[in-house]
Amino acid sequence: MKTVLPAPDMSRAIVRIAHEILERYDGADSITLLGIPTRGAHLATRIAAAINAIEGGQVAVGTLDTTMHRDDLRTRSPKALLPTLIPPAGVEGRHVVLVDDVLFSGRTIRAALDALGEIGRPTSVSLAVLVDRGHRELPIKADFVGKNIPTSRTEIIKVNLVEVDGTDEVTIAEGGSK
Amino acid sequence: MKHLLSINDLSRDEAILILDTAAELARISDGPMKKLPTLRGRTIVNLFAEDSTRTRISFEAAAKRLSADVINFSAKGSSLSKGESLKDTAQTLQAMGADAVVIRHPASGAPFRLADNQWMSGAVINAGDGTHEHPSQALLDAYTMRKHLGKGAKDLAGLRVAIVGDILHSRVARSNVLLLTKLGAHVTLVAPPTLLPFGVDSWPVTVSYDLDLVIPQVDAIMMLRIQQERMHEIFFPSAREYSRYFGLNRDRVNALNPNAIIMHPGPMNRGLEITADAADSARSVIVEQVSNGVSVRMAILYLLLGGAPIEGGIN
Repeated sequence: MKTVLPAPDMSRAIVRIAHEILERYDGADSITLLGIPTRGAHLATRIAAAINAIEGGQVAVGTLDTTMHRDDLRTRSPKALLPTLIPPAGVEGRHVVLVDDVLFSGRTIRAALDALGEIGRPTSVSLAVLVDRGHRELPIKADFVGKNIPTSRTEIIKVNLVEVDGTDEVTIAEGGSK
Repeated sequence: MKHLLSINDLSRDEAILILDTAAELARISDGPMKKLPTLRGRTIVNLFAEDSTRTRISFEAAAKRLSADVINFSAKGSSLSKGESLKDTAQTLQAMGADAVVIRHPASGAPFRLADNQWMSGAVINAGDGTHEHPSQALLDAYTMRKHLGKGAKDLAGLRVAIVGDILHSRVARSNVLLLTKLGAHVTLVAPPTLLPFGVDSWPVTVSYDLDLVIPQVDAIMMLRIQQERMHEIFFPSAREYSRYFGLNRDRVNALNPNAIIMHPGPMNRGLEITADAADSARSVIVEQVSNGVSVRMAILYLLLGGAPIEGGIN
């Protein structure tokens, strides 16, 4: 197992993503960040904090659980639901930025787009991820990427965040069968 | 977990998972996301061999909000009223490809018979069998209590609950005693001796014959319906006497703790076990129990049917 993104690089990547989002949408007023639980939600909170530090306001931030919209529900035992918290302004007419930790097959993001479609019609939807590891199975790409990490399918990428795992780092390990 | 036949099928953690899932689903449904695609393409049959309003439409609403296809099947107007056996009915449902059967039946144990034989492969959900159990009602009652009185806790530890009335015939009481004590609540049953079941002294509850002594000591009071359709003997001298000793009226409501809630599984006999002003008072959560029922049943259906099919029997 080796560390591919240590804590200082991770916080720099988060600040850079915050700047890129602000640049794309000319400020924070029309942006709603929606993190995909668990780690995506914490990353969304951190990006929001970075945006607030730059702009001085309060960017809208929430969470979006994709469990009920997944296409692999039938292949495993039902999972407990995670919170969906939409900011009071809703998503209608907003620039929604979905936030997740790792972009892999793209299926989670497809489920998130479906869940979002049930809630309302945002003006636009974009995607921010901390790590893009490749191997997409759907035509989905990230707009804001912390770090591109080329991997083989069997390798295991693990994002650790202080809020959940007690430490900030991204590691890569040789996987067995996956 | 493949079926939900009895509260005994559930561990404490599974019961809490159902309550947590229901809370999340309630939050989603209260927002703009009314319908979820989770059970699209699954068929759920509501097999109701006994009358029901709340439970049937609640299961139907829950299934539809999860995008399942629902077939309603009641005794009246089906071959059940021509004397078709449960086995033949089950095989018919199997042939039609039912993924789950929600069954209400006047015979205690009918859901077990359906689940324990190889008549059909789908999940069986007990929606009330005779005088035996009604697990989804107990789950929605526990959900309602946790929401109002839980103070953020996962279980019901330390909560004091009185269940009052026709315990003998009540499947709601049986399921509630099992679930509430599993979740750490202390349950007191209040009824005339004639309406307490044989062997109640072995239940994990306190028994009282005096409602006025119990009232000031509880956080939740659950009034049960006097089930006239199951009463083939005389259990109390008169309805007026029953109301006087075991009915919830305005004076007893005023003697409750300031935060205590009033519950009733419905349908109510207004004026018998509960007066109109008690049922409609600010303490009453009776109408809310119905809307909580939809969320809890959505959670049950999702957890039983949402994942990969499970082979084999109970658990």
